[in-house]
Amino acid sequence: MLLISCPFCGERPEDEFGFGGDASVRHQGGGDGTEPASVEQYADYLYLRDNPKGRHAEYWVHRYGCRRWLVAERDTVTHEIFSVKSASEGGTG
Amino acid sequence: MSGARRIPGAGLLAGAPPVSFCFDGHRHTGVAGESLAAALIANGERVVARSFKYHRPRGVMGIGNEEPGALVTIARPTGDEPNVRATTVELYDGLEARGQNAWPSVRFDLTAVNDVLSPLFPAGFYYKTFMEPVSAWPFYERMIRRIAGLGEVPRVADREIYTSTHAHADILVAGGGAAGLQAALIAARAGARVILADENPWFGLGLLGETATIDGLPAHDWAREVGKELAQFENVTLLKRTSVAGRYEQGFVILCQNLRDAPPAAGDPMPRWRLWKLRVKQTIIATGAIERPLLFANNDRPGVMTTSAAVGYLDRYGVLVGGRIMVAAGDDAAHDAAARLARAGAQVTVVDSRDSGSRIALEAGASVEWRARAVNTRGRAGVTTVRIEGSAGHRWVPADIVATSGGWSPALHLYAQTGGKPVWDDTRQMFIPGTTEQGAVTVGACNGTFDLGAALGEATSAAVKVCEAIRLTAAARSPVAENSHDTAGAGQWSEVRGRKRCFVDIQNDVTVADLDLAVQEGYRSIEHVKRYTTLGMGTDQGKLGNVNGVKAIAEARGEAMSAVGTTRFRPPYVPLPMGVVAAHLSPDQHHPMRRTAAHQLHEAAGCVWLNAGAWLRPQFYRRGGETDLEAVNREVLAVRRNVGLVDVSTLGKIEIAGPDTITFLNRVYTNGWSTLKVGMGRYGLMLREDGIVFDDGVTMRLGEQHFVMSTTSSGAGAVYEWLTMLLETRWRDLRVTLMPVTEQWFAAALAGPKAREVLGRVAEGFEVSNDAFPFMGGRVGRVAGIPARVFRISFSGELSYEINVPADRGEELWTALLDAGRPEEMAPYGLESMGVLRLEKGHFVIGREAEGRTNPYDIGLGRMVSTKKWFVGKEALDFPEMKNPRRRQLVGVVPANKTERLPSSAHLVLPEAPDKVGGSQGWVASMAWSPTLDHDIALALVEGGHARTGERLLAYAPIAGKKVAVDLVAPHFYDPDGGRQSG
Ligand SMILES: [Zn+2]
Repeated sequence: MLLISCPFCGERPEDEFGFGGDASVRHQGGGDGTEPASVEQYADYLYLRDNPKGRHAEYWVHRYGCRRWLVAERDTVTHEIFSVKSASEGGTG
Repeated sequence: MSGARRIPGAGLLAGAPPVSFCFDGHRHTGVAGESLAAALIANGERVVARSFKYHRPRGVMGIGNEEPGALVTIARPTGDEPNVRATTVELYDGLEARGQNAWPSVRFDLTAVNDVLSPLFPAGFYYKTFMEPVSAWPFYERMIRRIAGLGEVPRVADREIYTSTHAHADILVAGGGAAGLQAALIAARAGARVILADENPWFGLGLLGETATIDGLPAHDWAREVGKELAQFENVTLLKRTSVAGRYEQGFVILCQNLRDAPPAAGDPMPRWRLWKLRVKQTIIATGAIERPLLFANNDRPGVMTTSAAVGYLDRYGVLVGGRIMVAAGDDAAHDAAARLARAGAQVTVVDSRDSGSRIALEAGASVEWRARAVNTRGRAGVTTVRIEGSAGHRWVPADIVATSGGWSPALHLYAQTGGKPVWDDTRQMFIPGTTEQGAVTVGACNGTFDLGAALGEATSAAVKVCEAIRLTAAARSPVAENSHDTAGAGQWSEVRGRKRCFVDIQNDVTVADLDLAVQEGYRSIEHVKRYTTLGMGTDQGKLGNVNGVKAIAEARGEAMSAVGTTRFRPPYVPLPMGVVAAHLSPDQHHPMRRTAAHQLHEAAGCVWLNAGAWLRPQFYRRGGETDLEAVNREVLAVRRNVGLVDVSTLGKIEIAGPDTITFLNRVYTNGWSTLKVGMGRYGLMLREDGIVFDDGVTMRLGEQHFVMSTTSSGAGAVYEWLTMLLETRWRDLRVTLMPVTEQWFAAALAGPKAREVLGRVAEGFEVSNDAFPFMGGRVGRVAGIPARVFRISFSGELSYEINVPADRGEELWTALLDAGRPEEMAPYGLESMGVLRLEKGHFVIGREAEGRTNPYDIGLGRMVSTKKWFVGKEALDFPEMKNPRRRQLVGVVPANKTERLPSSAHLVLPEAPDKVGGSQGWVASMAWSPTLDHDIALALVEGGHARTGERLLAYAPIAGKKVAVDLVAPHFYDPDGGRQSG
């Protein structure tokens, strides 16, 4: 079980958190419809995700804590967590 | 005859009281605290189990957690425990054990005919059997279930007590042998918070019989003294009988502690097992090594055991395992053991594959034959003779025990569980740690260091380093070991002497021949061979057999051990009792149960409860001798004709504030929000990014910049999370703030044609007339003196008001409303009745009709999809498939003959081909008896359903064996124009 250091609450066990997927994925359509995406681009965005080995920026939500979204940089092999910050500051999705 | 006996005065339990126990109906005497295996051996019980597939007799082969064969069922007043390793249960007075997987008993097992039929059970038997024809599967499955297996699953609920605890420490030391004790001592003296765990009742068991001394003391006495010293430290927790079961990332460790084996005395609150969920900064892995069996024909017979186990029973329990002992040796350590066995009075023969070696066994009276090895055994219920291959050729030699020395395998499980990579050391013939693990270090035998002095030195420097890593200064004082030397070698392990009935996995009956076959059939990866042959998949997880399996596969592939490698080590290291995983939680504690503020009033009113997601909700309120259906009918008709009251507190509520809220709502809902006025609400439909219906509900505009959004009960958490994600990651520029307030409010809905009269009696500060308070309006004021938000919205299709008050005033509101409704004899109604009301109206429900693959068009809500603006999921609605006319669409269903009842869980099929495979046209999502219409109604998802109203299908429920002719109709059964709710 991971130990995730929530910038708002401190170190908490993984079972307080929910996983939110790849934080480096850029939203097709601009995230607010301002950059119209083709059907192909949008389908890629929805269904084709990378499963990287190594360092990975990912969203976590502190579900049973402050309920804020976080971006954690984690090694998907060793599970080492290099940084955790508020999603308001990081992530490009 | 086994020739086993007790040696008076020997062992750690000399002087412990005798106890009586029972095995397969035979009453025996043993010693309190010894292992059941020791007691069975001492009493001459050689066959204690039968093997998984072939029902071959199984005796005791090991002495601890590595034991693969001696699995028994312990009969206990709190419920039987199957598959207990006889080597790990401590004897108590009255213990009752049974052999397993045999009929009528493990001694006379009639199903042992499987052994004769073993050519019919080759590697991959299950995969090969479960092929065509499909119709034969049930037969094979019944047959296999009868003859293959371990103990029986208990038929009654376990009444034992279990517990679990969370703990933190600086350093966990796994293993209380010489290295573990030394490391713990260094860390303890440095002031670290240390937990030392060992699976045995004693520390330093590996030091029993050790010829070396430590600081001038016999090695085991030193261990005892260190144990005593450690017990004095306040910063040290000593856990005996505790297995480190799993090591996970970031210092998370699971320990399983055995607190007692005997059944509890009446009123004794001591649990049987405790699960430790531990978070540590550093782990020192000192788990030692496990001796490997040898690979020769019939190496599974009772009486064949590892040499360390054979001598261990003498050293620990004073039990001599046999009268005539053959030691199949290949290193000096085996001669040490043989000497101790000979001194205890056994007639010992050592066959050693080397040219020469230690003379200690010879001097102790054993006969020693060099350049010789054991290659086969005979004996029906245990070994009687052993075949020796020596310089003078082959011969059979009488023996009742064959003690085998196949070298040592460091116990790398904990090291490898978090990703550590074992590598093969060809010189020493063992897998050793190959990479450094973060936050963990291996010391002693599990690191491949078998020399006692070297192991103590290694433990000392590792502990000093670990202390430094947590900023503690430790003194690097290592004790002096004298006469210490590395006696461990690979024994006679270098050659595999047998194929058939040469067992690699004793528990799962995997032979060398099985592994040969798997490789022949093209399985190369050890992970595939493992799953194909079931090698190492038993409860012992291959602690004895896995490295032998790697060797057999390497031989079959003609490759080096290093090319084959090991399978992935996964937690747990030992089987965990199911009870300790559930621990102290009673069934209703596994899942937090939420109750509304009026819970006790519902209870008092005779409600029948329903588990609805995380909530406990009234299903309906029974009066007198009503049946369930009668109660629901009464409640539904009361709402249709008069007025009813329902607790709707579980609906999710999110307060929204900020100048950009309208923009926000326009983006998250499919429909438009720009024209919403203060004091009015609007129904919204929310999609996932893939265009599938996610949630729905009414959002009220309470002020210019103040809104309250209502979500489904089950979606409250997920909707809040999703909306915050959008605001925090994509729409940081929107000036919108969310606050989840579901728990802060109690909500009740008055519904029915008389609802306005009832509300009018208690409303303060707002008008209730239709003009002053129209449909979809929202008002803030007081109800029965309580500050309230009142929303005129309807799920039942009747005139309805949802009244929200602070949660702590929920009971007060509920009581006041029932009082106000007394002239109308207003009664509460429950979730079931609400379901019938919404079904009559044809309202879809998330999770029923919108079931995770449903888009707005499918449920007839295309008009809710704005074409004038962007919203989440809009792009996906442009996917060609989303408007495919053959998608499953929402329709109403009524029985063709209105007096017939619809079957539940029905598929809708074509009347002319009801049994056609793949011929389902769709299914019934919700159905109910409509007391308003006096017949069954249902909502269904039907392929191309919108264009099929008027069609006749069959509602087919194969399990109930029911077929009912039905007509597809529009999904609005009652008041389709909605005049009742808005008038
Ligand atoms: Zn937090």
